[in-house]
Amino acid sequence: MSIKIAGVGKRFGDFIALEDIDLDIASGELTALLGPSGGGKSTLLRIIAGLEVADSGAVEIEGVDATGLPAQKRNVGFVFQHYAAFRHLTVAGNVGFGLKIRKRPRKEIAARVTELLELVHLSQFADRLPAQLSGGQRQRMALARALAIEPTVLLLDEPFGALDANVRKELRAWLRRLHDEVHVTTVFVTHDQEEALDVADRIVVINRGRIEQVGPPDELYDHPSSEFVMSFLGPVTTLDGNLVRPHDLEIETHPFGDALPGRIERFNRVGFEVRLDVRLTSDEAAPPVLVTLTRAEATAKALEIGVPVWIAPVAGASQVRITTAVASAAASLDLVDPVPEPTFT
Amino acid sequence: MRDTAAHRVTRWTLRLIVIGYLLFLVIWPVALVAAKTFANGLAPVINALRQPEVIFAFQLTLSAAFWAVVINTIFGVGISLLLVRYTFPGRRALNAMVDLPLSVSPVVVGLALVLVYNGRTGWLGQGLEQAGLQVIYAPPGIIMATAFVSLPLVIREVVPVLQEIGTEQEQAARSLGASGLQTFARITLPAIKWGLLYGVVLSLARSLGEFGAVKIVSGGVAMRTQTATLLVEERYQQFGVVNSITAYTAAFILALIAVVALIIITSLRPGKGTSE
Repeated sequence: MSIKIAGVGKRFGDFIALEDIDLDIASGELTALLGPSGGGKSTLLRIIAGLEVADSGAVEIEGVDATGLPAQKRNVGFVFQHYAAFRHLTVAGNVGFGLKIRKRPRKEIAARVTELLELVHLSQFADRLPAQLSGGQRQRMALARALAIEPTVLLLDEPFGALDANVRKELRAWLRRLHDEVHVTTVFVTHDQEEALDVADRIVVINRGRIEQVGPPDELYDHPSSEFVMSFLGPVTTLDGNLVRPHDLEIETHPFGDALPGRIERFNRVGFEVRLDVRLTSDEAAPPVLVTLTRAEATAKALEIGVPVWIAPVAGASQVRITTAVASAAASLDLVDPVPEPTFT
Repeated sequence: MRDTAAHRVTRWTLRLIVIGYLLFLVIWPVALVAAKTFANGLAPVINALRQPEVIFAFQLTLSAAFWAVVINTIFGVGISLLLVRYTFPGRRALNAMVDLPLSVSPVVVGLALVLVYNGRTGWLGQGLEQAGLQVIYAPPGIIMATAFVSLPLVIREVVPVLQEIGTEQEQAARSLGASGLQTFARITLPAIKWGLLYGVVLSLARSLGEFGAVKIVSGGVAMRTQTATLLVEERYQQFGVVNSITAYTAAFILALIAVVALIIITSLRPGKGTSE
């Protein structure tokens, strides 16, 4: 195990940021800490880096007990959401900072900086100041700077959170490729479930200071252990007391199997996707069921507003039984894209 | 069109008011000092500068200002870091205290220092005097009074810069292996450099010109504890052209040093757009 976290807890005044966290992260893995704002995921990352001190528990990095070690002795690469670029140093100066602190020979530093700038595609910007770079370039510089010290683990705190949507997608694909090349144990924090599903080998879902579920992306998506994980990882709707994914519902204009009858109340086309609100005949008071399908399917089945339909989950659809009224209310809200988590300093 | 015309009138009226205000309050009086200094040509000015009392007064002023600035730079950066980077009980009180020297009259500052440090009755002064260090009516007292009145200038320049840069760069440096001292020297100091320099220059200008506190603490004895500002006052009150020319000359040089320092620092300081 590369990182071993045992019984870690942290409070900020009355606020419980983390409660009794146990987590093992394997060497070479790319792990995402996923959860809503204020859930504690950034705090956990900062505790691993030594930028925050846990109230209880222990952190072990590559077999070394790091609990009492200050940040500068942990050999951890840390990438901040807002880049934390050293404004008065050039791009090369930023990348070489850690090596200069380690008093490496000038030639060695220059060679390593050149190599890293090539890796992050910033070679032609070596002599520029961070202010002259775009957000995406600054974040790549920050990544090269963190990699320069050959860290045991690389930690990224909402690394793409401050970038616009296109750059974000591009950079996360690039991070995945980079990780496949460099193979350093990497942990990144995100509140974007799509980002986590896209990039990570393993996802750790954190909510209210506790770990909800740990597993590979597919496992979490297909077999969520709780209503929270199910609703946080993707869109959900409620059918017959169960949470189910809207794209896992089969819809027909005739009865079939155990399908429930209803009527299409709203027909909304978004690009290639069609979103339907179906009011169930059996329970008029319940909120409508959301069904999504492709535009071609909707056209083939001649679906439109007012048409009577029958819906049922497809075979093998992931479903979670709703146990509390609160949870179902939360699930009906769009929990998917909360604002970035504030950092506690 | 009428709207823009009205707008133009307002703009010009405002400009005239500001320029007029500055003219009557600052520019004209200071220009008059310069005019009076050179009223009889250059020779009396040079003669005035050759007087040993004048030379001594400037030496004393410069060395007192130098030490006061050194002290304020070190403590100013320290206090600024304390105020911005740490939370502790009494932080707000300290923050308010820092502004005290700006709000309390320098005369009160001088009196307070005399009460504590005088050799006969001051409760710190007695011990210090026995140990051979005279504070009041001596250079140490002058340096203390000067440092006291110019203390907030460095802090008030550095604190906003520290707040603006935040702690992430410092955290990044720590995670890259830098110690506290290395982080300060390589990251924090370069980031606050311009704010600090500006604060130092303001402090220097203020230190050169301090009068009230120094007057009470120093006693103003010529060739012993008389600083340049005290010399200006003394000579100005005496009769005779030579004395008044000396007073004007010293005043002119004091103003000149401060203005030149401000001009240099303002022209060196990068614009707001490039500092980010």
